[in-house]
Amino acid sequence: MNWLLKGGRVVDPAANLDAVRDVLVRDGKIVRVGENLPADNVKILELKGKVVAPGFIDMHVHLREPGREDEETMESGSAAAAAGGFTSIAVMPNTDPWNDSQSVTEYIVSQARLRSTVNVFPIGCVSKQGKGEELAEIGDMVKSGIVAVSDDGHPVSSSHLMRMALEYTRIFDVPVIDHCEERSLSCGGVMHEGYHSTVLGLRGVPAASEEIMVARDLILAEMTGGLIHIAHLSTRKSLELVREGKRKGIRATCEVTPHHFCLTDAAVAESLYDTNTKMNPPLREEEDRKSLVQGLADGTVDAIASDHAPHNRIEKEVEFDQAPFGILGLETSVSLALDRLLHAGVVNVTRLVSLYTTGPARILNLPRGTLAAGAVADITVLDLDRKVEVDVSRFRSRSRNAPYQGWTLKGAPLVTMVGGRIVFDGRE
Amino acid sequence: MTPEAGFRLRHKHLLGIEPLEAEEIRLILDTAESFLEVSQRPIKKVPTLRGRTIVNFFMEPSTRTRSSFEIAEKRLSADSLNFSPSGSSVSKGESLLDTARNLEAMAPDMIIIRHPAAGAPHLLAKVCRSAIINAGDGAHEHPTQALLDAFTMRQKKGRIEGLEVAIVGDLRHSRVVRSNVFLLRKLGARVRVSGPPTLVPPGLERLGVSVKTRMDEALEGVDVVMMLRVQKERMVGGAFPSLREYFQLYGLTEERMRRAKRDAIVMHPGPMNRGVEIAAEVADGPYSVILDQVTNGVAVRMAVLYLLSGGAVGELAA
Repeated sequence: MNWLLKGGRVVDPAANLDAVRDVLVRDGKIVRVGENLPADNVKILELKGKVVAPGFIDMHVHLREPGREDEETMESGSAAAAAGGFTSIAVMPNTDPWNDSQSVTEYIVSQARLRSTVNVFPIGCVSKQGKGEELAEIGDMVKSGIVAVSDDGHPVSSSHLMRMALEYTRIFDVPVIDHCEERSLSCGGVMHEGYHSTVLGLRGVPAASEEIMVARDLILAEMTGGLIHIAHLSTRKSLELVREGKRKGIRATCEVTPHHFCLTDAAVAESLYDTNTKMNPPLREEEDRKSLVQGLADGTVDAIASDHAPHNRIEKEVEFDQAPFGILGLETSVSLALDRLLHAGVVNVTRLVSLYTTGPARILNLPRGTLAAGAVADITVLDLDRKVEVDVSRFRSRSRNAPYQGWTLKGAPLVTMVGGRIVFDGRE
Repeated sequence: MTPEAGFRLRHKHLLGIEPLEAEEIRLILDTAESFLEVSQRPIKKVPTLRGRTIVNFFMEPSTRTRSSFEIAEKRLSADSLNFSPSGSSVSKGESLLDTARNLEAMAPDMIIIRHPAAGAPHLLAKVCRSAIINAGDGAHEHPTQALLDAFTMRQKKGRIEGLEVAIVGDLRHSRVVRSNVFLLRKLGARVRVSGPPTLVPPGLERLGVSVKTRMDEALEGVDVVMMLRVQKERMVGGAFPSLREYFQLYGLTEERMRRAKRDAIVMHPGPMNRGVEIAAEVADGPYSVILDQVTNGVAVRMAVLYLLSGGAVGELAA
């Protein structure tokens, strides 16, 4: 299918472009971005007043397949991604079995090709079965298409193993994504340690549990020259450490989730122990939230990633202590960012788009995140003014675990195009 | 200020002290005075809750609280049912919500829940029609304990407002301390807390208490000393090196009691570890009101059951 995306405000941070332009798509590729392009043999999408951007990338998604298809599948996860404005997702390896070998990587890649409407980029394990003991066969997995390694869900506790991973991945130039958590400090904790955990009587996870590992990872990245990416960074000091590390030239990047820039630990109290406010790392304090917002604005943060973590209702409708960590994110990420960052005046459109495009594309070295001629026609169209009310019962995801029920947000994804094919169309 | 006749609780459930207003707390304490008298009669029973069904849903071991609630229910002529994990569907893996929904299907009027997880009563309150009474949830709250403590302080000291209260022990894991701090601050007492820094949770000062690392400073000139039980498993968690050293640093001895006011009282929510947090001579000493707390507990729980079943000031059947 050939398309002319007509009259939209094209925001392409890779080309430093923010102007009204047409975008011509042929055979799944971008042909040209220009003014008043001819409309021969194409279908026209009138996009006056809408933002046309390179396809958005969510670099931190738990697809649950293989193993927990009751919570999410290729079909449901990719539909959720498409509806959320994402053309690409990078999927974490803590499935059952873990994605720690070429055969599991190949399974994911082949299933995605058959059943996913968006691009699925697998992330492989750092260690065999994510056990943190010995390196997984990273080279094999790279051959089959992984774009990074991570034991996400588990931290890489052993500093020796982290060193090995940072050194070994230099062969392939893929980043090591770390879930930073010093387990001896966080052990048994279910929310951020602070005033609210004290009042609620819940075991706390101190901010230091994350910060110590961020510091360690930066030191090891400096020593080895490896690429470190800090997943779901959540505290003020973690951010300061990354800012300082980047200044020193360490090859470090980081991502922040929408829940960490929208919510604080007060949400656990206000919701009276709603398990949809339980995730790891936990919601932090207002001071942390504010500095994350600052980091998103000033460029310290490279990407917004949702840490989309579907959980079965049965598993979440339990005592707070018993509930698994994690919430959904794919279908709310963009609206939260538009409402809380763009319309709040924290970032401009170019910066916001870069957090979803050039940012993650650079970290994972993906041939994506641009509308340059010849690029794959992955396009996200945004309606900056559309008001949406979050209704979890209408999510495409198979799960319902999100804390935003009933929130009214300004700004939403409108059309999602993957390789020239429309996979989501929210136009009236 | 005493509540006016006809004043009722504004809350359907008793999930904690934190959500209550001072006026509601006073109402419960005043109502308990009437019920204390019932327990002193030769025939200790009133028909107040005849025909009401109360479930005692205890998911954690408890002697005092559970028997106190049971006696309170019997003295009010309620029908009660005891439910505990061993020998029930819980041991077969039934979820808390399913168990609660099943209990609920038998149409009880109230469910009294004790549970190791903070927030478990709140989970029940979200799905149940019955009134939920929190009888202790994890390290969160134990509202009826704080109410009986306040009742006892008022009984012995004539007031709560202006009292200097020291609470000493494992502050991090104690639900008793949280409920007491909320209550005492709402009623105008001044509270100092003390315990090893390894057992002091962050942000306590924001609740309006002063935190003293050294126990002696906490005891200086106080009217009330409340000791908290040391859970021995905390030692394994590394919070202190030995029970022996704990007693040296935070045990209440007669010598330490000299720092408190001469007419100070000593309280303990039980069960006590004699020789760990409290010396036997102190526990049995003249200033100890530990057994009065237990007696008063029944009256306070009768008041709570009565008020949550819709009772109001001045409507009490004689």
